[in-house]
Amino acid sequence: MFRNVAELVELAESKQKRISTLMIEQEMEVTGKNREEIIRQMGVNLDVMEQAVEKGLQGVRSVSGLTGGDAVLLQNYIKSGNSLSGELLLDAVSKAVATNEVNAAMGTICATPTAGSAGVVPGTLFALQNKLKPTREQKIEFLFTAGAFGFGVANNASISGAAGGCQAEVGSASGMAAAAIVEMAGGTPAQSAEAMAITLKNMLGLVCDPVAGLVEVPCVKRNAMGAANAMVAADMALAGITSRIPCDEVIDAMYKIGQTMPSALRETAQGGLAATPTGRELEAKIFGLPLNKK
Amino acid sequence: MKFRSVFDIIGPVMIGPSSSHTAGAARIGRVARNLFDREPKWAHISFYGSFAKTYKGHGTDVAIVGGLLDFDTFDERIKESLELARKKKMKVTFREEEAVPEHPNTAKVTVGDDDGELELVGISIGGGKIEIVELNGFKLRLSGHNPAILVVHDDRFGAIANVSNILAKHQINIGQMEVSRKEKGKMALMTIEVDHNLEDHVIAEITALPNITQVARIVD
Repeated sequence: MFRNVAELVELAESKQKRISTLMIEQEMEVTGKNREEIIRQMGVNLDVMEQAVEKGLQGVRSVSGLTGGDAVLLQNYIKSGNSLSGELLLDAVSKAVATNEVNAAMGTICATPTAGSAGVVPGTLFALQNKLKPTREQKIEFLFTAGAFGFGVANNASISGAAGGCQAEVGSASGMAAAAIVEMAGGTPAQSAEAMAITLKNMLGLVCDPVAGLVEVPCVKRNAMGAANAMVAADMALAGITSRIPCDEVIDAMYKIGQTMPSALRETAQGGLAATPTGRELEAKIFGLPLNKK
Repeated sequence: MKFRSVFDIIGPVMIGPSSSHTAGAARIGRVARNLFDREPKWAHISFYGSFAKTYKGHGTDVAIVGGLLDFDTFDERIKESLELARKKKMKVTFREEEAVPEHPNTAKVTVGDDDGELELVGISIGGGKIEIVELNGFKLRLSGHNPAILVVHDDRFGAIANVSNILAKHQINIGQMEVSRKEKGKMALMTIEVDHNLEDHVIAEITALPNITQVARIVD
């Protein structure tokens, strides 16, 4: 049983096993379920993710009208052939956006690790389709690897925006995705951990300040950037770049930052973007409240 | 370890937009419904912390009532739960509490009908995972992810041994057990997390024991 990222990497290296394999074995041990049942269950999650991306790419709109349609804009832009950042990166971004637009519209999604951050892992996974040509089994393994790294964060820090700010939600999701991308691209377990550390370092301090308390603004765009962050960090790790601060220490730093964050910046819609004049105006408009609400 | 399963991280499959405010709330409502063991006629729901500040935007109200109607986190009917409750003549009220709770996402649910009522406090700890921290004034810790039984009993010698003997006889393994009482010799509560769901006849056997007042079941 692994309790943190260092133990996970150590276990993978000493046993010469993939992270996904270790996660499946631990799940078997903890739940008493057999391998087939566990893989089948993850397959259901994969299907839900795929359907959410498809739905989002057709164009959805939330009840409040604050979000929707951006995934489609990005796909059209990619097709124009004029994109600057590269097709694969923008494809990941658009698919992350698609998932979160469906989430904001009260559609069916798979929390990864939360609903507010559900776009990053599937966004990057499905963008790798053309480049790495993964089989269904490999896609399922991607989710177990992402889960293994998320497991390390959830048990040693937090994955909840209310407890730890958006760094704990989108930050964790991005770190999980970066680690899983590295494994799928053929990197080592240690490189996965480096990718997660690099990603999470760049999301430290990210506050949770949803406008009108809705999981829409800025959540959808933060998933977009979370996906981009994960792709770039995975490439950096695969290039041989390491994090000077070990992954578990970054996770610990994230936890401590979350604890010292004022509650106005932890999913209460009392501070940050939620408290801007426009944020307040949107809140008043959506809920029909007087503007002087503090 | 707060999170034991990979499906606590990748999952649950749910209706958006928030795993802690929507899926977690639905699960808290559903645990209340399961413990009450029937559809309540009325429900008073108090939201604390982040739940109180943002429940409308997150559909926390809609989700918790969905849970009271026995809907799972991915049940599409969650979206219409307030309307469905109205049609079933379930009276639901919400309160935004000012008190600062220990955990930012806390809800107190009181449900009842002509035959009784039940009050529980649940917290949503992230990613859709919940803990039930209080039941009818008793402090307790219940993950909501393992099958469990709650046994209300009189604080007398042998009461706990009798219950565990019945579980042993049916080869049911106890994962975690907690006993608390309001006052020496008065009402007490056993919280028992088990590895497998208990069948009706086992529950009936426990209920028939001396000094046992009520047995409620939480199915995984």
